Amino acid sequence: MMTAVTIRIQEGDFDVASEIAALTRGRTDLGAVVSFSGICRGGEGDSAISAMTLEHYPGMAEAEIARHVEEAKRRWPVSAVTIVHRVGKLVPGDNIVLVLTASAHRQAAFQAAEFLMDYLKANAPFWKAEHRIEDGVSQQMWVDAHARDDDAAARWDK
Amino acid sequence: MRLLYFAWVRERVGRAEESVELPSSVQTVGDLIQWLTSRSEAYAQAFASPGVVRAAIDHRHVKSDARLAGAREVAFFPPMTGG
Repeated sequence: MMTAVTIRIQEGDFDVASEIAALTRGRTDLGAVVSFSGICRGGEGDSAISAMTLEHYPGMAEAEIARHVEEAKRRWPVSAVTIVHRVGKLVPGDNIVLVLTASAHRQAAFQAAEFLMDYLKANAPFWKAEHRIEDGVSQQMWVDAHARDDDAAARWDK
Repeated sequence: MRLLYFAWVRERVGRAEESVELPSSVQTVGDLIQWLTSRSEAYAQAFASPGVVRAAIDHRHVKSDARLAGAREVAFFPPMTGG
Protein backbone atom coordinates (compact mmCIF):
# COMPACT_ATOMS: atom_id res chain seq x y z
CA MET A 1 0.00 0.00 0.00
CA MET A 2 1.21 3.53 -0.68
CA THR A 3 2.50 5.62 2.20
CA ALA A 4 -0.27 7.96 3.35
CA VAL A 5 1.26 11.34 4.15
CA THR A 6 -0.53 14.19 5.90
CA ILE A 7 1.27 17.50 6.52
CA ARG A 8 -0.56 20.42 8.08
CA ILE A 9 0.49 23.79 9.45
CA GLN A 10 -2.27 25.39 11.48
CA GLU A 11 -3.02 27.85 14.25
CA GLY A 12 -5.52 25.58 15.98
CA ASP A 13 -4.81 22.73 18.36
CA PHE A 14 -4.68 19.07 17.34
CA ASP A 15 -6.04 16.00 19.10
CA VAL A 16 -3.50 13.17 19.22
CA ALA A 17 -6.06 10.37 19.52
CA SER A 18 -8.12 11.67 16.57
CA GLU A 19 -4.99 12.02 14.44
CA ILE A 20 -3.95 8.42 15.23
CA ALA A 21 -7.47 7.18 14.48
CA ALA A 22 -7.43 9.01 11.11
CA LEU A 23 -4.01 7.54 10.30
CA THR A 24 -4.97 3.92 11.00
CA ARG A 25 -8.61 3.94 9.83
CA GLY A 26 -9.36 1.19 7.32
CA ARG A 27 -5.84 -0.22 7.34
CA THR A 28 -4.84 -3.72 8.37
CA ASP A 29 -1.18 -3.53 7.31
CA LEU A 30 -0.03 -1.41 10.25
CA GLY A 31 1.54 -3.07 13.26
CA ALA A 32 2.98 -0.01 15.00
CA VAL A 33 2.21 3.67 15.44
CA VAL A 34 4.71 6.00 17.14
CA SER A 35 3.52 9.39 18.36
CA PHE A 36 5.69 12.37 19.32
CA SER A 37 4.18 15.57 20.67
CA GLY A 38 6.21 18.72 21.24
CA ILE A 39 4.70 20.90 23.97
CA CYS A 40 5.27 24.54 24.93
CA ARG A 41 7.33 24.63 28.16
CA GLY A 42 6.72 27.23 30.83
CA GLY A 43 10.42 28.12 30.78
CA GLU A 44 13.80 26.73 31.77
CA GLY A 45 15.06 26.98 35.35
CA ASP A 46 14.24 30.38 36.84
CA SER A 47 13.37 31.87 33.48
CA ALA A 48 9.59 31.76 33.05
CA ILE A 49 7.78 32.46 29.79
CA SER A 50 4.19 33.63 29.56
CA ALA A 51 3.64 32.75 25.89
CA MET A 52 5.37 31.93 22.63
CA THR A 53 4.78 33.06 19.05
CA LEU A 54 5.67 30.76 16.19
CA GLU A 55 6.36 32.23 12.76
CA HIS A 56 6.87 30.14 9.61
CA TYR A 57 7.69 30.48 5.93
CA PRO A 58 4.46 29.45 4.18
CA GLY A 59 5.12 27.22 1.21
CA MET A 60 8.69 26.35 2.15
CA ALA A 61 7.71 24.90 5.54
CA GLU A 62 5.35 22.40 3.90
CA ALA A 63 7.86 21.65 1.11
CA GLU A 64 10.73 21.13 3.54
CA ILE A 65 8.70 18.78 5.75
CA ALA A 66 7.57 16.85 2.66
CA ARG A 67 11.21 16.43 1.60
CA HIS A 68 12.01 15.03 5.06
CA VAL A 69 9.11 12.59 4.82
CA GLU A 70 10.40 11.43 1.42
CA GLU A 71 13.83 10.87 2.96
CA ALA A 72 12.29 8.90 5.87
CA LYS A 73 10.39 6.72 3.37
CA ARG A 74 13.63 6.09 1.50
CA ARG A 75 15.34 4.92 4.70
CA TRP A 76 12.62 2.92 6.45
CA PRO A 77 9.48 1.03 5.43
CA VAL A 78 7.07 3.56 6.90
CA SER A 79 3.46 3.07 5.83
CA ALA A 80 1.90 6.32 7.05
CA VAL A 81 3.09 9.68 8.36
CA THR A 82 1.20 12.61 9.87
CA ILE A 83 2.96 15.85 10.78
CA VAL A 84 1.06 18.79 12.25
CA HIS A 85 2.91 21.97 13.25
CA ARG A 86 1.15 24.84 14.95
CA VAL A 87 1.94 28.52 14.37
CA GLY A 88 0.78 31.73 16.02
CA LYS A 89 0.55 32.42 19.74
CA LEU A 90 0.86 29.49 22.16
CA VAL A 91 0.95 29.37 25.95
CA PRO A 92 2.79 26.91 28.24
CA GLY A 93 1.12 23.51 28.09
CA ASP A 94 -0.08 23.97 24.51
CA ASN A 95 0.77 21.46 21.81
CA ILE A 96 3.33 22.69 19.25
CA VAL A 97 4.07 19.80 16.94
CA LEU A 98 2.84 16.27 16.27
CA VAL A 99 4.73 13.55 14.43
CA LEU A 100 3.00 10.20 13.83
CA THR A 101 4.74 7.38 12.00
CA ALA A 102 3.21 3.99 11.27
CA SER A 103 4.75 0.82 9.92
CA ALA A 104 4.30 -2.95 9.94
CA HIS A 105 6.88 -3.30 12.70
CA ARG A 106 7.88 -0.93 15.48
CA GLN A 107 11.54 -0.29 14.63
CA ALA A 108 10.85 1.61 11.41
CA ALA A 109 8.18 3.72 13.12
CA PHE A 110 10.42 4.61 16.10
CA GLN A 111 13.40 5.50 13.92
CA ALA A 112 11.43 7.46 11.35
CA ALA A 113 9.72 9.51 14.08
CA GLU A 114 13.03 10.42 15.70
CA PHE A 115 14.64 11.23 12.34
CA LEU A 116 11.70 13.42 11.32
CA MET A 117 11.74 15.42 14.57
CA ASP A 118 15.52 15.92 14.45
CA TYR A 119 15.38 17.09 10.84
CA LEU A 120 12.35 19.24 11.38
CA LYS A 121 13.93 21.11 14.30
CA ALA A 122 17.13 21.86 12.39
CA ASN A 123 15.77 22.48 8.88
CA ALA A 124 12.08 23.32 8.73
CA PRO A 125 11.56 27.11 8.51
CA PHE A 126 9.84 27.90 11.80
CA TRP A 127 10.97 30.46 14.38
CA LYS A 128 9.95 30.80 18.02
CA ALA A 129 9.75 34.05 19.94
CA GLU A 130 9.26 33.80 23.71
CA HIS A 131 7.27 36.31 25.71
CA ARG A 132 8.63 36.99 29.17
CA ILE A 133 7.45 39.26 31.91
CA GLU A 134 10.45 41.07 33.39
CA ASP A 135 9.95 43.74 36.05
CA GLY A 136 6.30 43.87 35.07
CA VAL A 137 7.16 44.58 31.42
CA SER A 138 6.32 42.08 28.68
CA GLN A 139 9.33 41.37 26.45
CA GLN A 140 9.49 39.36 23.26
CA MET A 141 12.74 37.57 22.46
CA TRP A 142 13.61 35.35 19.50
CA VAL A 143 14.78 31.92 20.63
CA ASP A 144 18.39 31.11 19.71
CA ALA A 145 19.02 27.94 17.74
CA HIS A 146 20.75 25.23 19.73
CA ALA A 147 23.88 23.55 18.39
CA ARG A 148 22.49 20.37 19.96
CA ASP A 149 19.59 20.44 17.48
CA ASP A 150 22.03 20.62 14.53
CA ASP A 151 24.03 17.80 16.13
CA ALA A 152 20.89 15.72 16.53
CA ALA A 153 20.07 16.16 12.85
CA ALA A 154 23.68 15.59 11.76
CA ARG A 155 23.90 12.15 13.39
CA TRP A 156 21.54 10.83 10.67
CA ASP A 157 23.92 12.01 7.90
CA LYS A 158 25.94 8.85 7.67
CA MET B 1 13.13 39.04 -7.97
CA ARG B 2 11.06 38.70 -4.82
CA LEU B 3 12.90 38.85 -1.50
CA LEU B 4 11.38 37.60 1.76
CA TYR B 5 12.59 38.11 5.33
CA PHE B 6 11.59 36.21 8.45
CA ALA B 7 11.83 36.50 12.25
CA TRP B 8 14.58 38.87 13.46
CA VAL B 9 15.93 39.34 9.93
CA ARG B 10 12.48 40.77 9.01
CA GLU B 11 12.50 43.00 12.10
CA ARG B 12 15.97 44.37 11.40
CA VAL B 13 15.35 44.93 7.69
CA GLY B 14 12.03 46.54 8.58
CA ARG B 15 9.91 44.74 6.00
CA ALA B 16 8.62 41.23 5.28
CA GLU B 17 9.14 41.31 1.52
CA GLU B 18 10.12 43.41 -1.47
CA SER B 19 10.78 43.17 -5.20
CA VAL B 20 14.21 44.13 -6.49
CA GLU B 21 15.94 44.56 -9.84
CA LEU B 22 19.47 43.32 -9.42
CA PRO B 23 22.54 44.66 -11.21
CA SER B 24 24.23 42.05 -13.39
CA SER B 25 27.18 41.97 -11.00
CA VAL B 26 24.97 40.20 -8.42
CA GLN B 27 25.31 36.53 -9.35
CA THR B 28 25.17 34.58 -6.10
CA VAL B 29 23.38 34.67 -2.75
CA GLY B 30 26.59 36.04 -1.23
CA ASP B 31 26.66 38.85 -3.83
CA LEU B 32 23.02 39.62 -3.00
CA ILE B 33 23.81 39.88 0.72
CA GLN B 34 26.68 42.28 -0.04
CA TRP B 35 24.47 44.34 -2.33
CA LEU B 36 21.68 44.54 0.29
CA THR B 37 24.18 45.41 3.02
CA SER B 38 25.37 48.37 0.99
CA ARG B 39 21.83 49.77 0.68
CA SER B 40 21.27 50.91 4.26
CA GLU B 41 22.23 50.52 7.90
CA ALA B 42 19.12 48.36 8.50
CA TYR B 43 20.30 45.72 6.00
CA ALA B 44 23.84 45.95 7.35
CA GLN B 45 22.43 45.24 10.85
CA ALA B 46 20.37 42.29 9.62
CA PHE B 47 23.38 40.65 7.95
CA ALA B 48 25.97 41.83 10.46
CA SER B 49 27.11 38.42 11.73
CA PRO B 50 28.64 36.57 8.80
CA GLY B 51 27.27 33.09 8.26
CA VAL B 52 24.39 33.42 10.74
CA VAL B 53 21.57 34.36 8.37
CA ARG B 54 20.35 31.43 6.27
CA ALA B 55 19.03 31.63 2.72
CA ALA B 56 16.59 29.75 0.54
CA ILE B 57 15.98 29.96 -3.21
CA ASP B 58 12.49 28.97 -4.30
CA HIS B 59 11.78 27.12 -1.03
CA ARG B 60 15.08 25.22 -0.85
CA HIS B 61 17.94 25.84 1.55
CA VAL B 62 21.07 27.11 -0.19
CA LYS B 63 24.60 28.21 0.72
CA SER B 64 25.96 31.67 -0.01
CA ASP B 65 27.74 30.47 -3.17
CA ALA B 66 24.41 29.39 -4.73
CA ARG B 67 23.71 31.08 -8.06
CA LEU B 68 20.66 33.31 -8.44
CA ALA B 69 20.07 32.61 -12.15
CA GLY B 70 16.45 31.56 -12.63
CA ALA B 71 15.46 32.27 -9.02
CA ARG B 72 11.98 33.73 -8.48
CA GLU B 73 12.04 34.04 -4.69
CA VAL B 74 14.95 34.37 -2.29
CA ALA B 75 14.36 34.26 1.45
CA PHE B 76 16.63 35.23 4.35
CA PHE B 77 16.05 34.06 7.90
CA PRO B 78 17.77 33.13 11.18
CA PRO B 79 18.67 29.54 12.10
CA MET B 80 15.44 27.62 12.55
CA THR B 81 13.89 27.03 15.96
CA GLY B 82 10.68 25.09 15.27
CA GLY B 83 9.55 21.71 16.54
